[in-house]
Amino acid sequence: MDKVIKYVLYDILRNRIVLGYTIFLLIMSLGMFQLENDPAKAVLSLLNVVLLVVPLISIIFATIHFYNSQEFIELLVAQPINRQKIFYSEYLGVAISLATAFLTGVGVPLLLFGGGAIRSGAAGIYLITAGLFLTFIFVALAFLASVLTSDKAKGIGLALLLWFYFSLLYDGLVMMVLFYFSDYPLDKFSLAMLSLNPIDLGRVLVLLQIDVSALMGYTGALYKNLFSNFTGVLYACLLMLAWAVLPLMLAKRIFIRKDL
Amino acid sequence: MKSNSKFIFLFVGWMLLWLVFVSSALAADLKVGPNSRYKTIAAAVAAAQPGDRVLVQQGLYQETDITIDKPISLVGINNPVVDGALKGQILTITSSRVVVKGITFKNVQVSHLKDHAAIKVVESRWVTLEDNTIENAYFGIYLQRSDSCTIRNNVIRGQGKTETSSGNAIHLWYCDYASIEGNKVSGHRDGIYLEFVKQSRATNNLSEHNLRYGLHFMFSDGNTYRHNTFRKNGAGVAVMYTKNIIMEHNRFEQNWGSAAYGLLLKEISRSTIAHNEFTRNTTGIYMEGSSKLSISDNEFNGNGWAVRLLSSCEEDTFRLNNFIGNTFDIATNGNSQHNHFSGNYWDKYAGYDLDKNKVGDVPYRPVSLYSMVVEKVPSSIMFMRSFIVDLMDAVEKVFPAFTPEKLLDEQPSMVRL
Repeated sequence: MDKVIKYVLYDILRNRIVLGYTIFLLIMSLGMFQLENDPAKAVLSLLNVVLLVVPLISIIFATIHFYNSQEFIELLVAQPINRQKIFYSEYLGVAISLATAFLTGVGVPLLLFGGGAIRSGAAGIYLITAGLFLTFIFVALAFLASVLTSDKAKGIGLALLLWFYFSLLYDGLVMMVLFYFSDYPLDKFSLAMLSLNPIDLGRVLVLLQIDVSALMGYTGALYKNLFSNFTGVLYACLLMLAWAVLPLMLAKRIFIRKDL
Repeated sequence: MKSNSKFIFLFVGWMLLWLVFVSSALAADLKVGPNSRYKTIAAAVAAAQPGDRVLVQQGLYQETDITIDKPISLVGINNPVVDGALKGQILTITSSRVVVKGITFKNVQVSHLKDHAAIKVVESRWVTLEDNTIENAYFGIYLQRSDSCTIRNNVIRGQGKTETSSGNAIHLWYCDYASIEGNKVSGHRDGIYLEFVKQSRATNNLSEHNLRYGLHFMFSDGNTYRHNTFRKNGAGVAVMYTKNIIMEHNRFEQNWGSAAYGLLLKEISRSTIAHNEFTRNTTGIYMEGSSKLSISDNEFNGNGWAVRLLSSCEEDTFRLNNFIGNTFDIATNGNSQHNHFSGNYWDKYAGYDLDKNKVGDVPYRPVSLYSMVVEKVPSSIMFMRSFIVDLMDAVEKVFPAFTPEKLLDEQPSMVRL
């Protein structure tokens, strides 16, 4: 398994896209810390990037990579290695390389500049955690999209749709529901809805460190109570983990039974 | 003529003699202490003549229901402690020109029938309460129908658990021309409570960790509040049904909670709120039914809502304020707006300044669409800073359709003021 992961990593390093992604994140993060005087505000701007760019790049890159390594996978399948191993190796290879890129691109500037204020320091840690989880989740979703269809165009389309759904459509739909049913107590409901979108989970984790004043009002206090203590953070992290594991399991099931 | 001058001479002589007699009486000091002539404060107070000083030596006195009914001074030497042992009220003042200074009062009974206080002043004038410490009292200092009193440099620490079983630290009812200076109050229901108090001043006070409001006043016109700090009170500061007040150089900090406000203004009119700092409150200023206010030169920093301006407010002016790092700058609940904004600095302003006069060339709209949504559906607060919200706000900024059209700052400052 290590060997397969190694080959996948080599392959990814060779095509330089991940390197470009790293540099892009690095320049963006450094730029934000240079432009904003307040590190908390820079973290906030970075949050927007992490929530939009990281899932997008992860899902698109992973999908394209999966289709491009079709022949490599077929070659491996011909060897005496079981399909589960091949699949997990592919997944880990892609996810680890993207996660490393994210860690270098965002984590290093955060360590350098974000540690100034304790508040933004905590926010920074949550930001990195959220980004890492999102990388693993969206690579898993990409693999799911890729095994669902053999047509590359369809696969990428599906991946884009997933990204679009999670980062934009979902929030819009939930807000619409909240708006129409605003006469009812919807605190618990909105909390449950939050758990069904990994991007929202990541966002809330970071926001609770930054926009504390506003979140203390109204229903915000409810979330604050839930997410500010250790169990709350654990709950969010477990949910994010589930968001990575479940699509991956499903994709693996399909991959194992699939006629390549 | 001669007899007349003689009479005057005699009269003046008598007056002088009387004065000497009185002033000797003024100088009388009655000492209270374990080793002194008077063992209890009550005995010394009973024996004192108008103008005397009762000097309370260091020690612990278990006394309740001391009544001062003549103009004397009650002065503590080396901080004596009067323990009410949770039985009724400690000190009641029913005479004018009384001074109480340098004494620690503690343990006043909680009563739901009577407003027990450590020091109560009833229908008196020119009373001075200075440098006292009050601990674990139901009400701390309670003045009723007493004009021209001074409450200075007292420390009042309560241990209130619930709003109903706790009184106010400083409570004034129908008192005019009061001066409340340099007091530190905490742990009570309201830190400073004024009802029907006119032409008074509150300066340099610190009110924190109170269960309800740090400062609470109603029907108290013409008062001045300067250089006070209100921090971490259960619901911030609430002021109601009042006009002609001046609030300057105060600090409102860290009042957090679903019903917490840095400053809640309800039915306030013709008042000035200037040079104050609102830092990290859930809501900096909440305004309801308030009119003709001048709100200028204030600093709003890191609040959830800097200002919540309900549509029942009119003719309020916001000038030269700094809005920095607030989640929402202004929120409102209606479309009609009759308030005026100009020359404020908004850190979210994204306009330009071509003529370099440090005034933005395009107006700033401080109300975002999302803040209107949150006003209607509070639970949508959880979508703060999500992509869809940013998108919504951006579109609304370009084509305002839902946010109040007239609520804008025509001349936003480009630089922090």
